[in-house]
Amino acid sequence: MTKMNLNSLRTGPDAYGKFGIHGGRFVAETLMPLILDVENAYEKAIKDQSFINELDMYRRDYIGRPSPLYFAERLTEHFGGAKIYLKRDELNHTGAHKINNVIGQILLAKNMGKNKIIAETGAGQHGVATATACALFGFECEVFMGAKDIERQKPNVQRMQLLGAKINPVTSGTGTLKDAMNDALRFWVSNANTHFYIIGTAAGPHPYPKMVRDFQSIIGEEAKKQILEKENQLPNALVACIGGGSNALGLFHPFLDDEEVEIFGVEAAGKGLNSNLHAASLTAGSPGVLHGNRTYLLQDDDGQIIDAHSISAGLDYPGIGPEHSWLHDIGRIKYLSTTDDQSLDAFKLCSSLEGIIPALEPAHALHITGKLASERKGQIIIMNMCGRGDKDLSSVLPLIMKNDT
Amino acid sequence: MNRIKKTFNKLNKENKKALGIFITAGDPNFENSLKLITNLPDNGADFIEIGMPFSDPMADGPSIQLSSQRALKSGMNIKKCLSLIKIFREKNIHTPLILMGYYNPIYKFGKEKFIKKCIEFGVDALIIVDLPPEEDDEFYFEAEKNNLSMIRLVTPTTDEKRLKKILLNASGFVYYVSITGITGTQAPNIKNVQDNIKKIKQVTDLPIVIGFGIRSPGQATLMSDVSDGIVIGSAVVDLIKKSIDGEGVSGGEELTTCLDFTKEISKALKHN
Repeated sequence: MTKMNLNSLRTGPDAYGKFGIHGGRFVAETLMPLILDVENAYEKAIKDQSFINELDMYRRDYIGRPSPLYFAERLTEHFGGAKIYLKRDELNHTGAHKINNVIGQILLAKNMGKNKIIAETGAGQHGVATATACALFGFECEVFMGAKDIERQKPNVQRMQLLGAKINPVTSGTGTLKDAMNDALRFWVSNANTHFYIIGTAAGPHPYPKMVRDFQSIIGEEAKKQILEKENQLPNALVACIGGGSNALGLFHPFLDDEEVEIFGVEAAGKGLNSNLHAASLTAGSPGVLHGNRTYLLQDDDGQIIDAHSISAGLDYPGIGPEHSWLHDIGRIKYLSTTDDQSLDAFKLCSSLEGIIPALEPAHALHITGKLASERKGQIIIMNMCGRGDKDLSSVLPLIMKNDT
Repeated sequence: MNRIKKTFNKLNKENKKALGIFITAGDPNFENSLKLITNLPDNGADFIEIGMPFSDPMADGPSIQLSSQRALKSGMNIKKCLSLIKIFREKNIHTPLILMGYYNPIYKFGKEKFIKKCIEFGVDALIIVDLPPEEDDEFYFEAEKNNLSMIRLVTPTTDEKRLKKILLNASGFVYYVSITGITGTQAPNIKNVQDNIKKIKQVTDLPIVIGFGIRSPGQATLMSDVSDGIVIGSAVVDLIKKSIDGEGVSGGEELTTCLDFTKEISKALKHN
C-alpha cells in the first residue's frame, strides 16, 4: 500500500481510498466501473484551472461565500468563558453547508456529460441543495428520502418539489437516511450508464469521502483566514456536529496539522447512549462495512446494522465518514455526544440570545460548545453553524411546548 | 477434484446445463429452509446458492430484501447458517454449495474463523457481493490459500480491461449478472447477454453461469443455451413469500411450491 505522508494528517486517503483501515471501495461489481470513472474525472477536474475558476464563481456569486465568521457575544457572555465564534454556513444559499459539495459534484457531472442526478437525503438539506443545483443547470433530479423523514421535514420536501425534483419515498428499513442511501445505490446500480449520484456526506465508496471533504474544506480555509484577521491567532478549539460528518470535516480538515488546535466532533446521543436509541457510531459502535466503505457502525453481534435514532434527521445515520473513523482511531479528534433534549435547549438558547435559529444538527454542536466555553476562559472556539432551523420548526415547536409545560 | 468442477464436467459430458437455486438461509425459518435445501438436488438443482441474510442488501431487489428480512426475523445468523450447512452435508456430499452474502456479517464474525468453518462444513465457494477485486487484500488471498473458491461477478458494465482484472483471480465459475440492475427486477436481453458471454469466453475457461433476472422456464432455456448454467433466486423466494400469512408465519406450502418450480425449470433445461 502507498504510505500516507507521516508529517501531515491531510494527505489521506491512500491510492486505495483508505484512511488507516477505514474507507475503501466495498461495492457491487456493477458499480465499480462507475466509481472508477468518477475518481478519474475528479482527479482530472481538480487539476484543471477552468474547473476551479467555475467552482469559485459559483461559490462567490451563487452560494454567497465566504460565509461570515461571527463573534457570538451574547452566547459568549452566557457561558462566561471562551470567546465563541460561529462560522455562518447557515447563511449559504439553501440554508446549509450542503450546497458547497453539491455545486462541486454537479460541475463534475457536467464535465462527465451526465445530466441526470440522483441523491439521498435525511434532513432534506442535501436534497434541497441538489434540487437547487439541478434547477440551475437544467438537469433531471430524483431524490431518495425516507418516509419518516418526509413526515418530519415537510418544508424541505415542498421546496424540492417546487424546484422540480422527483421525490422517491423510501419505506424499507426504518425509512430514514440509511435506507434512502440503500435505495439510491440500488437505483444507481440499475441506471449506471445514465445517472450521476451526488452523495451528500463524506462517506460511501472512494472517491466520495475525499471529494466531499475537499469541496467542504472551503469552510475551514475561510475560517482560518478570518480568525487570523480578527484575533491574530488560531482558535484553541473547533466544534462541529457529525452525522456522516461533511460539515465537520470541512471545518476541521484545514486545521488538522495545527497541533495547538483542539478539535471536537459531536455525535447525536438521541435518548442517551445507554438507551439503544442514538446515532453515536464512533462513541458506541464498532468498525464494519456499509454503503461502500469500512467505518464505525452501529451494529449487533451478528454484523446486522442497527437503526440509528436522533431527533435530528440529518444526524440519524448508523455510520460515519471513514476519515472521522481514522481521526478517532489516531486520537486527533475527540468525539463527544449531545442528547435530543440537550440539543433542544441549545436550539432555544441560540434563537433567543443571538436571533439565529439553528438547525437541530448544529444545535448538538452548540451544547458541547457551551460546555467547553465555560471551562475555557480566555480561549477562542469556532463552531460550525452548518444549517438554519426553519426546516425544524414544525417538529420542534410541539416538543418545546410540551417540555415547557 | 472439487465439487463444482466435478458437477460442471459431468453436466458438460451429458450436454446439459447447470441449474442453481438460490434460497436465503432461515427463510421462512431454520427448519423449512433446511428441508428445502435438502430436497432441492432431488428436484433438479445441480448446485445451491445459500444467501446469508444482511440488513442492508445493497444489490438486491425487493424479493430478496424481503426474504432477508424474514430470515433475520426468524433469528438467522452466520453461526446458524453454518450449522444448517453442516446438517445438509451429513446427507449430501456431492451437491456444490455456494454461500452468497455481504461482507459486514462475515467481517464481524471474523474472516479467518469464517473461512475455516466453511471448509470444515463443506462450503465450496463464496460470493461476497460487495468485495470487488480492488479489495482482494481484504479476504481473497486467505480464502484461496484454503482452497475456498471465490466466485466473481461480471456485469454489463464490465469493460474488457476490467474483465481481465476480475478473471485473474476467479475460480469455481464466472457469475454473469445478466442485467444492469439489482436482483429480480428486469428481464435480461438475450442479444446483449450473448455478446457479453462471448467476450468472457475469450478470456476464461471457467464455466459461465447467468443470474439476476431469470424467472421463468422460457427465460431459463434461453439463457442456458448461451451459457453453462443459470441461477434462479427472486422467483423462488417469492414463492416462500406467498406461503406466509399475515402474522409472518409460513403454512409450509413453500416446501411444495418451491420444489415443484425447481422441477419445472429443471425439466425445461434438460429436456430441450
